[in-house]
Amino acid sequence: MASENVATFTDGNFDASVLKSSTPVLVDFWAEWCGPCRALGPTIDALAAEYAGRVSIGKLNVDENPQVTTQYMVRGIPTVMVFKGGQVVETIVGLVDKNEFKAKLDSHL
Amino acid sequence: MRDVTIIGSGPAGLTAALYSARANLTPLVIEGLEAGGQLMLTTAVENFPGFADGIMGPDLMAAMRTQAQRFGAEIVRGHVSAVDLSVRPFTITMGDETIETQTLIIATGASAKLLGLPSERALMGHGVSTCATCDGFFFRGKPIAVIGGGDSALEEATFLTRFASSVTLVHRRDTLRASKIMQDKAMANPKITFEWNTDVMDVLDVDAGAVSGLVIRNNVTGVQKTLPVEGVFVAIGHTPNTSLFRGHLDMDGTGYLKTHDGSRTSIEGVFACGDVQDHVYRQAITAAGSGCMASLDAERYLASHE
Repeated sequence: MASENVATFTDGNFDASVLKSSTPVLVDFWAEWCGPCRALGPTIDALAAEYAGRVSIGKLNVDENPQVTTQYMVRGIPTVMVFKGGQVVETIVGLVDKNEFKAKLDSHL
Repeated sequence: MRDVTIIGSGPAGLTAALYSARANLTPLVIEGLEAGGQLMLTTAVENFPGFADGIMGPDLMAAMRTQAQRFGAEIVRGHVSAVDLSVRPFTITMGDETIETQTLIIATGASAKLLGLPSERALMGHGVSTCATCDGFFFRGKPIAVIGGGDSALEEATFLTRFASSVTLVHRRDTLRASKIMQDKAMANPKITFEWNTDVMDVLDVDAGAVSGLVIRNNVTGVQKTLPVEGVFVAIGHTPNTSLFRGHLDMDGTGYLKTHDGSRTSIEGVFACGDVQDHVYRQAITAAGSGCMASLDAERYLASHE
Protein backbone atom coordinates (compact mmCIF):
# COMPACT_ATOMS: atom_id res chain seq x y z
CA MET A 1 0.00 0.00 0.00
CA ALA A 2 2.89 2.40 0.61
CA SER A 3 4.44 4.26 -2.29
CA GLU A 4 8.08 3.75 -3.28
CA ASN A 5 9.28 6.79 -1.34
CA VAL A 6 7.93 5.44 1.92
CA ALA A 7 10.42 3.43 3.97
CA THR A 8 9.56 0.57 6.30
CA PHE A 9 11.02 1.00 9.76
CA THR A 10 11.35 -1.93 12.14
CA ASP A 11 12.77 -2.77 15.56
CA GLY A 12 15.77 -4.11 13.62
CA ASN A 13 16.58 -1.11 11.42
CA PHE A 14 15.36 1.71 13.67
CA ASP A 15 18.76 2.61 15.05
CA ALA A 16 20.48 2.78 11.65
CA SER A 17 17.59 4.17 9.60
CA VAL A 18 16.04 6.60 12.06
CA LEU A 19 18.29 7.45 14.99
CA LYS A 20 21.52 7.65 12.95
CA SER A 21 19.97 9.26 9.87
CA SER A 22 21.71 12.36 8.55
CA THR A 23 18.37 13.91 7.50
CA PRO A 24 15.25 14.39 9.65
CA VAL A 25 13.02 11.32 9.74
CA LEU A 26 9.23 11.14 9.92
CA VAL A 27 7.93 7.90 11.46
CA ASP A 28 4.27 6.97 11.06
CA PHE A 29 3.24 4.48 13.77
CA TRP A 30 0.37 2.48 12.34
CA ALA A 31 -1.39 -0.87 12.15
CA GLU A 32 -3.46 -2.70 9.58
CA TRP A 33 -6.56 -2.73 11.81
CA CYS A 34 -6.56 0.99 12.52
CA GLY A 35 -9.05 2.82 10.28
CA PRO A 36 -7.70 6.33 10.87
CA CYS A 37 -4.19 5.04 10.09
CA ARG A 38 -5.46 3.91 6.71
CA ALA A 39 -7.03 7.32 6.24
CA LEU A 40 -3.68 8.94 6.97
CA GLY A 41 -1.81 6.69 4.50
CA PRO A 42 -2.28 8.86 1.38
CA THR A 43 -1.09 11.95 3.27
CA ILE A 44 2.10 10.16 4.29
CA ASP A 45 2.60 8.96 0.70
CA ALA A 46 2.19 12.52 -0.60
CA LEU A 47 4.62 13.92 1.98
CA ALA A 48 7.17 11.24 1.10
CA ALA A 49 7.03 12.23 -2.56
CA GLU A 50 7.25 15.93 -1.77
CA TYR A 51 10.13 15.68 0.71
CA ALA A 52 12.11 12.96 -1.09
CA GLY A 53 15.83 13.50 -0.43
CA ARG A 54 15.20 16.05 2.32
CA VAL A 55 13.27 14.08 4.93
CA SER A 56 13.26 10.32 5.24
CA ILE A 57 9.64 9.23 5.62
CA GLY A 58 8.47 5.80 6.63
CA LYS A 59 6.04 3.63 8.52
CA LEU A 60 6.47 1.47 11.56
CA ASN A 61 3.94 -1.28 12.15
CA VAL A 62 3.17 -1.31 15.90
CA ASP A 63 1.91 -4.88 15.73
CA GLU A 64 5.21 -6.21 14.41
CA ASN A 65 7.59 -3.87 16.21
CA PRO A 66 6.81 -3.80 19.93
CA GLN A 67 10.27 -2.67 20.99
CA VAL A 68 10.29 0.77 19.39
CA THR A 69 6.57 1.21 20.07
CA THR A 70 7.10 0.63 23.80
CA GLN A 71 10.32 2.62 23.97
CA TYR A 72 8.59 5.75 22.64
CA MET A 73 5.47 5.11 24.75
CA VAL A 74 3.16 5.06 21.77
CA ARG A 75 -0.28 4.20 23.14
CA GLY A 76 -2.48 5.52 20.40
CA ILE A 77 -2.34 5.48 16.64
CA PRO A 78 -1.96 7.08 14.25
CA THR A 79 0.99 8.78 15.93
CA VAL A 80 3.62 10.51 13.85
CA MET A 81 7.01 11.38 15.31
CA VAL A 82 9.71 13.45 13.70
CA PHE A 83 13.28 12.57 14.67
CA LYS A 84 16.28 14.80 14.18
CA GLY A 85 19.77 13.78 15.31
CA GLY A 86 18.33 10.76 17.11
CA GLN A 87 15.88 12.86 19.17
CA VAL A 88 12.11 13.22 18.94
CA VAL A 89 11.41 16.81 17.87
CA GLU A 90 7.69 16.51 17.05
CA THR A 91 4.85 14.21 18.10
CA ILE A 92 1.58 14.46 16.25
CA VAL A 93 -1.30 12.30 17.49
CA GLY A 94 -4.36 11.58 15.36
CA LEU A 95 -5.44 12.83 11.98
CA VAL A 96 -4.17 16.23 10.95
CA ASP A 97 -4.09 18.11 7.68
CA LYS A 98 -1.14 17.73 5.29
CA ASN A 99 -0.31 21.43 5.63
CA GLU A 100 0.12 21.00 9.36
CA PHE A 101 2.64 18.21 8.78
CA LYS A 102 4.43 20.40 6.24
CA ALA A 103 4.66 23.31 8.65
CA LYS A 104 6.14 21.03 11.33
CA LEU A 105 8.59 19.41 8.91
CA ASP A 106 9.67 22.73 7.41
CA SER A 107 10.53 24.07 10.84
CA HIS A 108 13.17 21.35 11.16
CA LEU A 109 14.79 21.74 7.75
CA MET B 1 -17.36 25.44 -11.79
CA ARG B 2 -18.95 22.42 -10.17
CA ASP B 3 -22.63 21.49 -10.14
CA VAL B 4 -22.37 19.57 -6.88
CA THR B 5 -19.67 19.65 -4.24
CA ILE B 6 -19.91 17.38 -1.22
CA ILE B 7 -17.93 17.97 1.95
CA GLY B 8 -17.45 14.76 3.89
CA SER B 9 -16.93 11.10 3.00
CA GLY B 10 -18.92 9.03 5.48
CA PRO B 11 -22.08 7.11 4.51
CA ALA B 12 -24.01 10.37 3.96
CA GLY B 13 -21.40 12.03 1.75
CA LEU B 14 -20.65 8.93 -0.32
CA THR B 15 -24.32 8.10 -0.87
CA ALA B 16 -24.92 11.69 -2.00
CA ALA B 17 -21.92 11.22 -4.31
CA LEU B 18 -23.26 7.95 -5.69
CA TYR B 19 -26.66 9.43 -6.49
CA SER B 20 -25.37 12.66 -7.99
CA ALA B 21 -22.77 10.77 -10.01
CA ARG B 22 -25.52 8.58 -11.44
CA ALA B 23 -27.41 11.78 -12.30
CA ASN B 24 -24.38 12.81 -14.39
CA LEU B 25 -23.54 15.72 -12.12
CA THR B 26 -19.89 14.57 -11.67
CA PRO B 27 -19.80 15.53 -8.02
CA LEU B 28 -16.63 16.53 -6.24
CA VAL B 29 -16.20 14.93 -2.83
CA ILE B 30 -13.81 16.57 -0.40
CA GLU B 31 -12.95 13.80 2.03
CA GLY B 32 -11.92 15.76 5.08
CA LEU B 33 -9.48 14.72 7.78
CA GLU B 34 -11.48 11.81 9.09
CA ALA B 35 -11.90 10.25 5.65
CA GLY B 36 -14.58 7.56 5.63
CA GLY B 37 -16.14 8.98 8.80
CA GLN B 38 -17.00 7.30 12.06
CA LEU B 39 -17.36 3.82 10.54
CA MET B 40 -13.59 3.84 10.05
CA LEU B 41 -13.35 3.54 13.84
CA THR B 42 -15.63 0.55 14.19
CA THR B 43 -15.18 -3.17 13.75
CA ALA B 44 -18.10 -5.29 12.60
CA VAL B 45 -21.21 -3.42 11.44
CA GLU B 46 -24.09 -5.80 12.01
CA ASN B 47 -27.05 -3.56 11.32
CA PHE B 48 -26.45 -2.37 7.77
CA PRO B 49 -29.11 -4.12 5.70
CA GLY B 50 -27.84 -6.37 2.96
CA PHE B 51 -24.85 -7.70 4.88
CA ALA B 52 -26.35 -10.75 6.55
CA ASP B 53 -23.07 -11.74 8.20
CA GLY B 54 -22.03 -8.20 9.04
CA ILE B 55 -19.25 -6.22 7.40
CA MET B 56 -16.21 -4.43 8.82
CA GLY B 57 -16.77 -0.66 8.99
CA PRO B 58 -13.66 0.26 6.96
CA ASP B 59 -14.58 -2.35 4.32
CA LEU B 60 -18.09 -0.94 4.00
CA MET B 61 -16.67 2.55 3.49
CA ALA B 62 -14.15 1.32 0.91
CA ALA B 63 -17.01 -0.31 -1.00
CA MET B 64 -19.13 2.87 -0.89
CA ARG B 65 -16.18 4.88 -2.15
CA THR B 66 -15.53 2.50 -5.06
CA GLN B 67 -19.21 2.45 -5.95
CA ALA B 68 -19.43 6.26 -6.08
CA GLN B 69 -16.23 6.47 -8.16
CA ARG B 70 -17.53 3.87 -10.59
CA PHE B 71 -20.19 6.35 -11.71
CA GLY B 72 -17.84 9.30 -11.97
CA ALA B 73 -17.66 10.87 -8.53
CA GLU B 74 -14.35 12.64 -8.07
CA ILE B 75 -12.99 12.14 -4.56
CA VAL B 76 -10.15 14.32 -3.34
CA ARG B 77 -8.18 14.35 -0.12
CA GLY B 78 -8.19 17.63 1.70
CA HIS B 79 -9.71 19.67 4.40
CA VAL B 80 -11.95 22.67 3.80
CA SER B 81 -10.68 25.75 5.60
CA ALA B 82 -13.42 28.25 4.67
CA VAL B 83 -16.68 28.61 2.75
CA ASP B 84 -18.40 31.64 1.28
CA LEU B 85 -22.13 31.01 0.98
CA SER B 86 -23.16 34.66 0.66
CA VAL B 87 -23.18 34.64 -3.14
CA ARG B 88 -23.82 32.03 -5.80
CA PRO B 89 -21.82 30.21 -6.99
CA PHE B 90 -20.56 29.29 -3.55
CA THR B 91 -16.84 29.34 -2.91
CA ILE B 92 -14.98 26.67 -0.97
CA THR B 93 -11.41 27.18 0.17
CA MET B 94 -9.15 24.19 0.66
CA GLY B 95 -5.60 25.21 1.54
CA ASP B 96 -4.51 27.50 -1.30
CA GLU B 97 -7.12 26.11 -3.67
CA THR B 98 -10.62 27.51 -4.24
CA ILE B 99 -13.59 25.71 -5.73
CA GLU B 100 -16.75 27.27 -7.12
CA THR B 101 -19.94 25.27 -6.98
CA GLN B 102 -23.63 25.72 -7.80
CA THR B 103 -24.79 23.52 -4.95
CA LEU B 104 -23.16 22.36 -1.76
CA ILE B 105 -23.95 19.20 0.17
CA ILE B 106 -22.66 19.25 3.72
CA ALA B 107 -21.92 15.80 5.12
CA THR B 108 -19.21 16.70 7.60
CA GLY B 109 -20.61 14.45 10.30
CA ALA B 110 -19.72 14.53 13.95
CA SER B 111 -16.54 13.87 15.87
CA ALA B 112 -15.90 12.38 19.28
CA LYS B 113 -16.53 14.77 22.13
CA LEU B 114 -13.92 15.20 24.83
CA LEU B 115 -14.32 15.97 28.53
CA GLY B 116 -12.36 19.18 28.15
CA LEU B 117 -9.76 18.55 30.86
CA PRO B 118 -6.25 19.85 30.11
CA SER B 119 -4.79 16.51 31.31
CA GLU B 120 -7.01 14.65 28.88
CA ARG B 121 -5.60 16.63 25.94
CA ALA B 122 -2.02 16.32 27.18
CA LEU B 123 -2.28 12.53 27.46
CA MET B 124 -4.06 11.94 24.14
CA GLY B 125 -2.13 9.16 22.43
CA HIS B 126 -0.38 8.33 25.72
CA GLY B 127 -3.22 6.47 27.34
CA VAL B 128 -6.21 8.67 26.53
CA SER B 129 -8.08 7.62 23.41
CA THR B 130 -11.35 8.10 21.58
CA CYS B 131 -10.86 5.04 19.37
CA ALA B 132 -11.09 1.63 21.02
CA THR B 133 -10.50 -0.27 17.80
CA CYS B 134 -7.32 1.73 17.15
CA ASP B 135 -5.81 1.70 20.58
CA GLY B 136 -7.23 -1.27 22.52
CA PHE B 137 -4.19 -3.23 21.38
CA PHE B 138 -1.87 -1.13 23.55
CA PHE B 139 -3.64 -2.16 26.76
CA ARG B 140 -3.20 -5.91 26.71
CA GLY B 141 -3.43 -7.19 30.28
CA LYS B 142 -3.88 -3.66 31.69
CA PRO B 143 -6.71 -2.07 33.67
CA ILE B 144 -8.58 0.63 31.78
CA ALA B 145 -11.62 2.87 32.11
CA VAL B 146 -14.31 3.79 29.60
CA ILE B 147 -16.22 7.03 30.16
CA GLY B 148 -19.81 7.30 28.98
CA GLY B 149 -23.17 5.54 29.12
CA GLY B 150 -24.41 5.32 25.57
CA ASP B 151 -24.22 2.62 22.93
CA SER B 152 -20.71 3.53 21.85
CA ALA B 153 -19.41 3.51 25.43
CA LEU B 154 -20.81 0.05 26.05
CA GLU B 155 -19.69 -1.26 22.71
CA GLU B 156 -16.18 0.03 23.38
CA ALA B 157 -16.16 -1.40 26.90
CA THR B 158 -17.22 -4.81 25.61
CA PHE B 159 -14.69 -4.70 22.76
CA LEU B 160 -11.88 -3.64 25.09
CA THR B 161 -12.34 -6.67 27.37
CA ARG B 162 -10.56 -8.62 24.61
CA PHE B 163 -7.37 -6.84 25.61
CA ALA B 164 -7.70 -5.26 29.04
CA SER B 165 -7.44 -7.07 32.37
CA SER B 166 -10.44 -5.06 33.60
CA VAL B 167 -12.72 -2.35 32.27
CA THR B 168 -14.37 0.18 34.57
CA LEU B 169 -17.27 2.01 33.02
CA VAL B 170 -17.55 5.50 34.47
CA HIS B 171 -20.93 7.12 33.97
CA ARG B 172 -22.25 10.36 35.42
CA ARG B 173 -25.79 9.08 35.92
CA ASP B 174 -27.28 5.93 37.47
CA THR B 175 -28.93 4.66 34.30
CA LEU B 176 -27.55 3.95 30.86
CA ARG B 177 -28.69 5.52 27.60
CA ALA B 178 -27.47 2.48 25.70
CA SER B 179 -29.81 0.02 24.01
CA LYS B 180 -31.00 -3.02 25.96
CA ILE B 181 -28.95 -5.46 23.88
CA MET B 182 -25.71 -3.53 24.55
CA GLN B 183 -26.54 -3.18 28.26
CA ASP B 184 -27.20 -6.90 28.67
CA LYS B 185 -23.95 -7.74 26.91
CA ALA B 186 -21.91 -5.42 29.12
CA MET B 187 -23.63 -6.39 32.38
CA ALA B 188 -22.99 -10.06 31.69
CA ASN B 189 -19.29 -9.47 31.03
CA PRO B 190 -17.26 -10.40 34.16
CA LYS B 191 -14.45 -8.02 33.18
CA ILE B 192 -16.70 -4.93 33.24
CA THR B 193 -17.53 -3.07 36.45
CA PHE B 194 -19.53 0.13 36.80
CA GLU B 195 -18.96 3.41 38.62
CA TRP B 196 -22.38 5.09 38.66
CA ASN B 197 -23.16 8.77 39.35
CA THR B 198 -19.54 9.52 38.80
CA ASP B 199 -17.77 12.55 37.32
CA VAL B 200 -14.23 12.56 36.02
CA MET B 201 -12.08 15.15 37.76
CA ASP B 202 -8.61 14.53 36.32
CA VAL B 203 -6.43 12.13 34.36
CA LEU B 204 -3.04 11.26 35.89
CA ASP B 205 -0.11 11.59 35.23
CA VAL B 206 0.78 14.42 32.85
CA ASP B 207 4.33 14.80 34.20
CA ALA B 208 5.11 11.14 33.57
CA GLY B 209 3.69 11.40 30.05
CA ALA B 210 1.47 8.34 30.52
CA VAL B 211 -1.86 7.53 32.11
CA SER B 212 -1.53 6.05 35.59
CA GLY B 213 -4.95 6.81 37.06
CA LEU B 214 -8.28 8.51 36.79
CA VAL B 215 -9.52 10.80 39.55
CA ILE B 216 -13.27 10.36 39.91
CA ARG B 217 -15.90 11.81 42.22
CA ASN B 218 -19.27 10.36 43.07
CA ASN B 219 -21.75 13.15 42.44
CA VAL B 220 -24.23 11.84 45.04
CA THR B 221 -21.93 11.05 47.98
CA GLY B 222 -19.15 13.50 47.06
CA VAL B 223 -16.53 10.81 47.65
CA GLN B 224 -13.44 11.24 45.52
CA LYS B 225 -11.01 8.46 44.63
CA THR B 226 -8.42 7.45 42.07
CA LEU B 227 -8.96 4.49 39.79
CA PRO B 228 -5.60 2.86 39.02
CA VAL B 229 -6.02 2.55 35.25
CA GLU B 230 -3.48 2.82 32.44
CA GLY B 231 -5.90 3.64 29.70
CA VAL B 232 -8.90 5.96 29.43
CA PHE B 233 -11.35 5.70 26.54
CA VAL B 234 -13.66 8.68 26.19
CA ALA B 235 -17.07 7.82 24.68
CA ILE B 236 -19.33 10.63 25.85
CA GLY B 237 -20.92 11.31 22.52
CA HIS B 238 -20.27 13.40 19.47
CA THR B 239 -20.22 17.00 18.45
CA PRO B 240 -21.24 18.09 14.94
CA ASN B 241 -18.49 19.40 12.65
CA THR B 242 -20.10 22.74 11.86
CA SER B 243 -17.52 25.35 12.86
CA LEU B 244 -17.04 26.20 9.16
CA PHE B 245 -20.69 27.22 8.87
CA ARG B 246 -21.11 29.21 12.06
CA GLY B 247 -22.74 32.52 11.20
CA HIS B 248 -23.65 31.28 7.70
CA LEU B 249 -26.25 28.58 8.32
CA ASP B 250 -28.97 28.10 10.94
CA MET B 251 -28.01 25.70 13.70
CA ASP B 252 -29.64 24.45 16.86
CA GLY B 253 -28.25 25.21 20.33
CA THR B 254 -25.72 22.39 20.16
CA GLY B 255 -24.39 23.24 16.71
CA TYR B 256 -26.32 20.76 14.57
CA LEU B 257 -27.39 22.18 11.20
CA LYS B 258 -31.11 22.80 10.90
CA THR B 259 -32.78 21.30 7.84
CA HIS B 260 -36.30 21.70 6.48
CA ASP B 261 -38.33 20.16 3.63
CA GLY B 262 -35.92 17.26 3.28
CA SER B 263 -32.28 18.25 3.35
CA ARG B 264 -32.58 22.00 2.75
CA THR B 265 -30.60 24.34 5.00
CA SER B 266 -31.26 28.02 5.62
CA ILE B 267 -29.47 28.93 2.37
CA GLU B 268 -30.98 27.90 -0.94
CA GLY B 269 -28.69 25.52 -2.81
CA VAL B 270 -26.99 24.30 0.36
CA PHE B 271 -28.09 20.89 1.62
CA ALA B 272 -27.10 18.86 4.66
CA CYS B 273 -27.19 15.14 5.39
CA GLY B 274 -25.96 12.62 7.93
CA ASP B 275 -24.90 13.22 11.51
CA VAL B 276 -24.15 16.90 10.95
CA GLN B 277 -27.91 17.51 10.99
CA ASP B 278 -29.12 14.50 12.98
CA HIS B 279 -28.54 14.04 16.70
CA VAL B 280 -31.45 11.64 17.01
CA TYR B 281 -30.87 8.58 14.82
CA ARG B 282 -27.13 8.77 13.97
CA GLN B 283 -26.99 5.44 12.14
CA ALA B 284 -25.01 4.53 9.05
CA ILE B 285 -28.24 3.62 7.29
CA THR B 286 -30.04 6.85 8.18
CA ALA B 287 -26.97 8.85 7.16
CA ALA B 288 -26.89 7.03 3.82
CA GLY B 289 -30.64 7.62 3.39
CA SER B 290 -30.31 11.33 4.06
CA GLY B 291 -27.35 11.48 1.64
CA CYS B 292 -29.65 10.17 -1.05
CA MET B 293 -32.22 12.83 -0.14
CA ALA B 294 -29.63 15.62 -0.33
CA SER B 295 -28.50 14.48 -3.77
CA LEU B 296 -32.07 14.35 -5.10
CA ASP B 297 -32.81 17.77 -3.57
CA ALA B 298 -29.66 19.24 -5.16
CA GLU B 299 -30.51 17.66 -8.49
CA ARG B 300 -34.02 19.21 -8.44
CA TYR B 301 -32.64 22.55 -7.37
CA LEU B 302 -30.21 22.55 -10.31
CA ALA B 303 -32.96 21.53 -12.75
CA SER B 304 -35.23 24.35 -11.59
CA HIS B 305 -32.46 26.95 -11.84
CA GLU B 306 -31.23 26.13 -15.32
